[in-house]
Amino acid sequence: MKHPNEEELIAYHGGEVLQRDTIASHLSDCPECREELERIDAVLAALGTMTVPEPGADYGQRVWQQIAPQLPEKRARWWNFAAGGGFTTGWLEPRRWVAVGALAAVVIVAFLAGRVTKQVPSDPTVADESKVRERVLIMAVGEHLGRSEMVLVELGNVEPANAKQKQVNISSERRRAEDLLEENRLYRQTALEQGDTALATVLDELERVLLDVAHSPGEVTPAQLENIRQHIESRGILFKVRVVGQELQQRTQSPAVPANPSGSTKLERNKI
Amino acid sequence: MKRMSQSVEATGDSDAIAVERTLAGDRDAFRVLVERHSRNVFRLAYRMTGNQHDAEEVVQEAFLRAYQKLAQFAARANFGTWVYRIAANYAIDRMRQRTNEDAQREPVGRMSEDGIERDPASLVADAAPSPERLAQSEQLAIHMRRALNELTPAERTAFVMRHWGGSGIEEIAEALKSSSSAAKNTVFRSVQKLRRSLEPFVERRGQAKAMGSEL
Repeated sequence: MKHPNEEELIAYHGGEVLQRDTIASHLSDCPECREELERIDAVLAALGTMTVPEPGADYGQRVWQQIAPQLPEKRARWWNFAAGGGFTTGWLEPRRWVAVGALAAVVIVAFLAGRVTKQVPSDPTVADESKVRERVLIMAVGEHLGRSEMVLVELGNVEPANAKQKQVNISSERRRAEDLLEENRLYRQTALEQGDTALATVLDELERVLLDVAHSPGEVTPAQLENIRQHIESRGILFKVRVVGQELQQRTQSPAVPANPSGSTKLERNKI
Repeated sequence: MKRMSQSVEATGDSDAIAVERTLAGDRDAFRVLVERHSRNVFRLAYRMTGNQHDAEEVVQEAFLRAYQKLAQFAARANFGTWVYRIAANYAIDRMRQRTNEDAQREPVGRMSEDGIERDPASLVADAAPSPERLAQSEQLAIHMRRALNELTPAERTAFVMRHWGGSGIEEIAEALKSSSSAAKNTVFRSVQKLRRSLEPFVERRGQAKAMGSEL
């Protein structure tokens, strides 16, 4: 073949070019072209020795700190809500029921904020609107804690389908944790606004665990799963959720429970 | 929390999960992506801009833009490649802007006589060789920076992406907003210019070996 031109030799050096075998064969017989290729190689090799300053091990964290205040909150895409199958089948999945719970949470929080009750004529049989609101919150949070407890218990029990399987599928638990997160945030904020710091604290701890689960991959190794379990256990969150859940249940069953914020139930929870 | 973040990082598909979580409204999930890809984007940005200050600005802007455009990323496969391209796009704009600014004023601050910031790391990288060798490689480093500086922003981008980033022609074409054949030509032109500038100062490997040392 005729001598390859400069462009072909540069492309050959970069690993591209058609007729690669033909050029390679030519190079083995042509010292002139070999020398030309060596000159290209020398320049590129020298450029390859140029260094880049080391930005530091914590560089990624620094970048995050710099940009985080400038990032607006993203609203969840509405189609995420109905994703994972057709509309009718989607609602039958466990995560859809959690999503229903999240919607209910929004309604309940709106109710607690007085946005709904303001439009309802006052009923003389309702002695204390604040008691009604507290009762609604107690019931809703109790149910939320029950669903959260179920996810945490399932994570504690999940196993590989067989001994040879190297990954454990926790995608269902992960998705439900994602959905519970939003609901949890609303309840935590409401509890804080109502001055129930003990409940807000437990919900805050639960939120951290749910966040961890939601950030995990859909499939994890047994070691990763063990990490998640240890994380849950180290916080004792399951125990706290159960205690608070039972306590809230008792309060809903007892109409005589006082709405007094300094009541004994809050003191009991503060001991957790 | 940190341990959980590490477990997320350990998986190949965790970028996609973090993207999905961010799009679902969890802003903190984006942090995983920033912490994982910042250094790689910084290397690209530094090679393109030639100085640390601009490189850091490119990195921040690239991630801000990635966050804003994340919904457009949904169908793509590799977040690292995507944010790399965003950084390359922004770096070209930044370099063009810098070229215009430099044309209007004298070099200031840490710029050296050849108009390029000295990389302190390069001064210590070859500490072992003899003083002659050190001076020689420092001279070569100056020539290389000058030669890179003489490339147009598009040529420099094409060269950095191809020879340091290992990007394919299609990817470069996308960053340059040009056709594949134009991008290929830009890569060739950049190497050709660098050859013209640097060949007198560079030893061929065979020559270096014959002299008993290598660059």
